[in-house]
Amino acid sequence: MSVHFIEFELNGWTVEGTAEARRTLLDFIRVDAGCTGTHAGCEHGVCGACTVLVDGHPVRACLMLAVQANGKSVETVEGLARSSEELHPVQQLFREEFALQCGFCTPGFLMTLVAMDRLEPRPTGEEMRAALSGHLCRCTGYQGVLRVVERLAEQGK
Amino acid sequence: MNDLATQSGARFIGQRVQRKEDGRLLTGTGTYIDDVVLSGMLHAAFVRSNVARGQIIRMDTQRARDLPGVVAVLTAADIDRLGYQVGNPVFDMPECPGPDNGLLARSDVRFVGDPVALVVAETRAIAEDGAALVEVDYATETPVIGIDAAKAMGPLHPNLTSNLSNAQDSGENGAIDAIFAGAAHLVEDVVRNCRQAHMPMEPRGLVAARNGSGALTVYSACQSPHLSSLHISKVFNLPQQQVRVVGQDVGGGFGLKMSPQRDDLAVIAAAILIRRPIKWIEDRLENLIAAGQSREDQMRVRLAFDADHRLLAADIEYDCDFGAYPYAVQSSGSLVTPMFPGPYRLPHYRWKARGWHTNTTGLAPYRGPWMMEMFAREVMFDIAARQMGVDPVELRRKNIIGKEDQPFQTAAGMVLTDLSPRETMELTLEAFDLTAFRREQASARENGRYIGLGIANGIEPTTVSFGYFASDVAHVRVEANGQITAMTTTFSQGHGTATSIAQVIAERLGVRMEDVTVVEGDSSRTGFGSGAGGSRQAVAGGGAAIKAADLLRDKIGRIAAYAYNASPESIRIEGGVITVDGSPEIRSSIAEIAMLAYVAPDRLPPDMEMGLEAQYRFRPPPMVFANATHACICEVDIVTGKVSILRWVAGGDCGQLINPAIVEGQIAGGVVQGIGGVLFEHIRYDENGQPLAVTLKDYLLPTALDVPKIEYRHMCTPSSTPGGFKGVGEGGAMISPPTLVNALADALAPFDQRWTTMPLSPDRIVCGLTSQSATAVGVD
Repeated sequence: MSVHFIEFELNGWTVEGTAEARRTLLDFIRVDAGCTGTHAGCEHGVCGACTVLVDGHPVRACLMLAVQANGKSVETVEGLARSSEELHPVQQLFREEFALQCGFCTPGFLMTLVAMDRLEPRPTGEEMRAALSGHLCRCTGYQGVLRVVERLAEQGK
Repeated sequence: MNDLATQSGARFIGQRVQRKEDGRLLTGTGTYIDDVVLSGMLHAAFVRSNVARGQIIRMDTQRARDLPGVVAVLTAADIDRLGYQVGNPVFDMPECPGPDNGLLARSDVRFVGDPVALVVAETRAIAEDGAALVEVDYATETPVIGIDAAKAMGPLHPNLTSNLSNAQDSGENGAIDAIFAGAAHLVEDVVRNCRQAHMPMEPRGLVAARNGSGALTVYSACQSPHLSSLHISKVFNLPQQQVRVVGQDVGGGFGLKMSPQRDDLAVIAAAILIRRPIKWIEDRLENLIAAGQSREDQMRVRLAFDADHRLLAADIEYDCDFGAYPYAVQSSGSLVTPMFPGPYRLPHYRWKARGWHTNTTGLAPYRGPWMMEMFAREVMFDIAARQMGVDPVELRRKNIIGKEDQPFQTAAGMVLTDLSPRETMELTLEAFDLTAFRREQASARENGRYIGLGIANGIEPTTVSFGYFASDVAHVRVEANGQITAMTTTFSQGHGTATSIAQVIAERLGVRMEDVTVVEGDSSRTGFGSGAGGSRQAVAGGGAAIKAADLLRDKIGRIAAYAYNASPESIRIEGGVITVDGSPEIRSSIAEIAMLAYVAPDRLPPDMEMGLEAQYRFRPPPMVFANATHACICEVDIVTGKVSILRWVAGGDCGQLINPAIVEGQIAGGVVQGIGGVLFEHIRYDENGQPLAVTLKDYLLPTALDVPKIEYRHMCTPSSTPGGFKGVGEGGAMISPPTLVNALADALAPFDQRWTTMPLSPDRIVCGLTSQSATAVGVD
């Protein structure tokens, strides 16, 4: 198995290391970089729990190889809040709307909605809901997340 | 004492208080099982059987052992050297014999996914590489797949005499046959559920480490650290205090993580044998084929009604597929047969229940494991209503009990109290204009649109409290700085128990929420208790918290009264600040009282014990009942078979709510799991016993696009337990399937078809609508 040197930006910090060609970005972020906020839910690209932003775009970290992140900018859930007291507005909405229970899938939902929240013009509620169909949650029945989407769509008007 | 605390405390019970857990879970700083890393830790991967039934004729592990980075390849013979007890020492019923295979399969395999070897390596990737290098040859045998095959074929477990795990019945009842013979209306059918998976977003997993003195620490994605500790200690014959089980953040359980299973225990055995910490994280394929499944059951129901549509008798036969290795060998009837009468007047009742072994993944309890009672009854009520030409709501009105009927003894002998079945049904129905809906439905049909309204009633037995579930304990203390620490036997799988319990304690003590820290999930730090399971944490954990907090509140009051020369009755505590009625100049705090309690014995009342802590072990009643009525409207596209849910109203009476947002979250999560079970979720096996749903592209969970916006209607009939709480964890998952099936059947009523075989996926709906002669959708 070939081993490659890689370097990329993770939440504004430079991380570097070596990775086997087969190592997923998910494993590199969690094990090598120690950012365990991104979760492995299915490792076959369906559940969305491992979603991170690569150059601003939501990506399943389980379907991307670490070597493919070389030279790119990666954002994970750990990079969202400015401080432990000040949550990102999307995180704050999740808290207010009880949009999580066990929280395992939540980082993926957050990253997709944060990416959409940055788009201009801002996506409609319908577009955001459609994007959420790529994220599975087993606890909440999506009720709180859908309220978050409603409020985000409301803010965009 | 109780009144004092209630008067003086800030109101937290009943408030939508934001969750304490969310700060860490939203910022990616929680600690799930795969986030646990120990020094020197190895990684495990299983070799699992790819045949459903067969003899192991050759296993070659040499190539795996030769792989650099592989530390060990363990087979049954290696694990067996350790010596252990098979079966589930916590939940097995002693009179039911169980399968005798080892933690790893010894000479034969009994389902696809049966673990046959364990590869332990320096990294997870190497462990998986090693597992792929283990060669196993099987002499395959014809597997037992399905309940009918289990009845017809010889035993798949060599130590058992048949595939019947156990059978129970209510005995002969000749009177019932006479009633059925003479009844004005007879309704009969079989309701078949389909095999479903719990599918927590975090699969199972553990890290097991043995220290130099032989003590074992197991970090585990479990529902109950104490029951897991008990289980592990009994299996390996270790003193229980030597087995510390630590759970931190758990990514959902739903019953799956109730008990360690054979593969979990094999990893623990490996950690003992190899003397290094070992992590095993189940992948999603393993989770789908080997973690445990549920809902592969069916019920034949016969109902007799009189000419006025009053229920006269019910006769049911329940059969459940236990799979090869159920999580425990348990009663086939469990709560199915006792709960079948539900909230209805049922004069005569006869039942039979049987559980069957098959060459499939074992049964593991899934949120409302006995839901077939509610499912079959409520679906059959609608079939009966259509058959008799009466409105399903009217049929229920005629037979349901209300508050004035209680205490009410059901046909199964259960005594119902503090319930509001009729009242909650009427409250739920207020959300609809039924007459207008029937008009809308008729005109929609004229335009080729099929909409329907479904309703279901149910009683949820919560706070199941016997055996190891009999009691819960809360240890609450005021630290020397005035902060409150509560150690409880609750444990969150996402339930937010640290929030709910903090609300209870903050209210009873009269302190701020942020000053209360709830510690749970560590068998070495909290007293014995069963954790998450049986919808019992609000009542049992909340009850213990109330009692302990009240003891502490009483002591704070007595210390303050002594210090300020006042009567205990005049002490007020609000937000951690202590005042004395009639003495406005006095203003103290819990922190000051704590300092007195810990460092100033001379300023305490004579003979009072120092310190400021209290403990109470609360024994709830064996069950606390809650009730619910759900109703929904759906539309069925008869061309594509797609079902769209247009409205969902969830009425329920779970007594005093601690945190309505958390309660509604429990209801919603269950409802949507139930919707998934009706429309999408199905683990099928082919005739060779190969599972056909092995990814999340085959096993379809509901997405955000599939769910209705749930409207809640809360009745509040307090239970007789401290706080008036009731459980709410499982009812949503039990009541939503019949609600949705009834709506679908109402929508498709013009087609004169019965919809009794799950799932009602689009293909089955379309096939059902096109098979003119069929009386049930037995399409596979």
